[in-house]
Amino acid sequence: MKLEPLGDSAVVATLGSAIDDATLASVLSLSEAILAEGKPGVTDVVPAYVSVTAFYDPEQFSQAPGDAYGEVCRFLESCAGKAAAGAPAHRSRHVEIPVCYAGDFAPDMGVVAAHSGLTTAEVIEMHSGAEYRVHAIGFTPGFPYLGGLPERLRTPRRDTPRAHVPAGSVAIGGLQTGVYPVDSPGGWQIIGRTHTALFRPLKKPASLLRPGDTVRFTQITVEEFKAWR
Amino acid sequence: MEVTVIRAGMLTTVQDLGRRGHLAEGVPFGGAADPFALRVANMLVGNPEDSPALEITLTGPEIEFPEPAWVAVCGARFEDVPAWRPIRVERGGRIRFGKRLQGCRAYLSVSGGFDVEKVLGGRGTFLASAIGGFKGRPLRDGDVIRSVDCERNLAGHWTLDERMFPRYSREPNVRVIAGTHAAEFGDLLFSGRFGVTARSNRMGIRLDGPRLARSGGGDLVSTAVAPGTIQVPPDGNPIVLMADAQTLGGYPRVAHVVSVDIPLLAQLAPGDGVRFATTTLSEAHRLAHAWEHGLALLRQGLAEKVRPA
Repeated sequence: MKLEPLGDSAVVATLGSAIDDATLASVLSLSEAILAEGKPGVTDVVPAYVSVTAFYDPEQFSQAPGDAYGEVCRFLESCAGKAAAGAPAHRSRHVEIPVCYAGDFAPDMGVVAAHSGLTTAEVIEMHSGAEYRVHAIGFTPGFPYLGGLPERLRTPRRDTPRAHVPAGSVAIGGLQTGVYPVDSPGGWQIIGRTHTALFRPLKKPASLLRPGDTVRFTQITVEEFKAWR
Repeated sequence: MEVTVIRAGMLTTVQDLGRRGHLAEGVPFGGAADPFALRVANMLVGNPEDSPALEITLTGPEIEFPEPAWVAVCGARFEDVPAWRPIRVERGGRIRFGKRLQGCRAYLSVSGGFDVEKVLGGRGTFLASAIGGFKGRPLRDGDVIRSVDCERNLAGHWTLDERMFPRYSREPNVRVIAGTHAAEFGDLLFSGRFGVTARSNRMGIRLDGPRLARSGGGDLVSTAVAPGTIQVPPDGNPIVLMADAQTLGGYPRVAHVVSVDIPLLAQLAPGDGVRFATTTLSEAHRLAHAWEHGLALLRQGLAEKVRPA
């Protein structure tokens, strides 16, 4: 584990360099171990891909100004020890997300099909056939960065991002896929739309997905999409 | 009482000291871009320091109060509105912001605080997701926003000692500590003046100046970033992340602005400039401690002068 400061109020713990399930599992274990301590002065814990970042209030963390960083690092080392000793504590869940891959909901389907040399039907079959894992939540609230895209579907991002991507858009960016939870700008290739709300600000938790969760997309027709609820 | 927004100004939002505990869900801290000015504005009218107040950007609003109230305006200075001291507004009175004199963002507090719902642990407006504050959006002309009824007695004549304020300037020197990828940029960040571009907002201050060319280093795996993080996209023009910045970043991180200098950046308007100077992490913590000590003294001093009615 490599520890380094992120400004004067956070420490990044890097646990590896490869984006894979093993590294993610240790990231999630450390994240859970830090949260389990309920340490006053630790305000936020952010797991993402290969790192865990702990945000701290230096005033609460240390009585003598100037040594808060060392205190936080010692705390994180002890959490890492507990995480390594215990069984993986994180509770990952499986979530199915219905997606309509048709027509106006999939403005970049042609780009992805052309790039992969597949037919539209094959792109849909491949995208909805894979199981994905959430490696991080960010970009916008609730936005899941999903790993596990079949290599054949890898498609570069758009040269110029769209100023407006509608909420629910399902998209491919490089070797990742994700869902835009709220209307936002975005540069990924849009291949479908879902009704599933990924960010629910009045619910707890507000984000439908957490790092570690697995996701599968299931194809629905335009009629099914329109008849939703 | 119901406060009427006669004119809203360019961008006026409700802000507090932000959200904690939701970064992992992709929800930024948010809150006042200049937390120092917000805290003092609240103290001056007897509010808890994190009470919701109005963040006013570049052009000021005109606001009408149906009942007598104490208000305070801190941060950017505007004509016709005294700054950094309590202002008595009489029944039906108005606060009219004139021309901007200095700074970018002013904070208008009212005794009792503005009465808005807490969303995800904060009352501030997060514009990108349209949550919090007043209906998740900037105030518009004619809006009516509630404030918590709360009368105060203020004693004596006094002014704040300006020596305790951040060193606000149109051309500040801002202190940074090294970021993970500092070595890949050499001394370029410290080589001259960076101008603040018009594409700056609550998410980030986009700078234009010496190009930061990166030597070596490949693609990065995204990690958490924070307000104050200075990222360098491929075009070499650095971006200083601010209160509403996204929670993860994949660009190289050349440096991080120390917490006590964030208000200096929050008060920069397009056309202003900034120079960076390097400091250490332990010095950043000592500065933060000294800042909190100063605010604690102010809090004690004001407790005798601003009392519940």
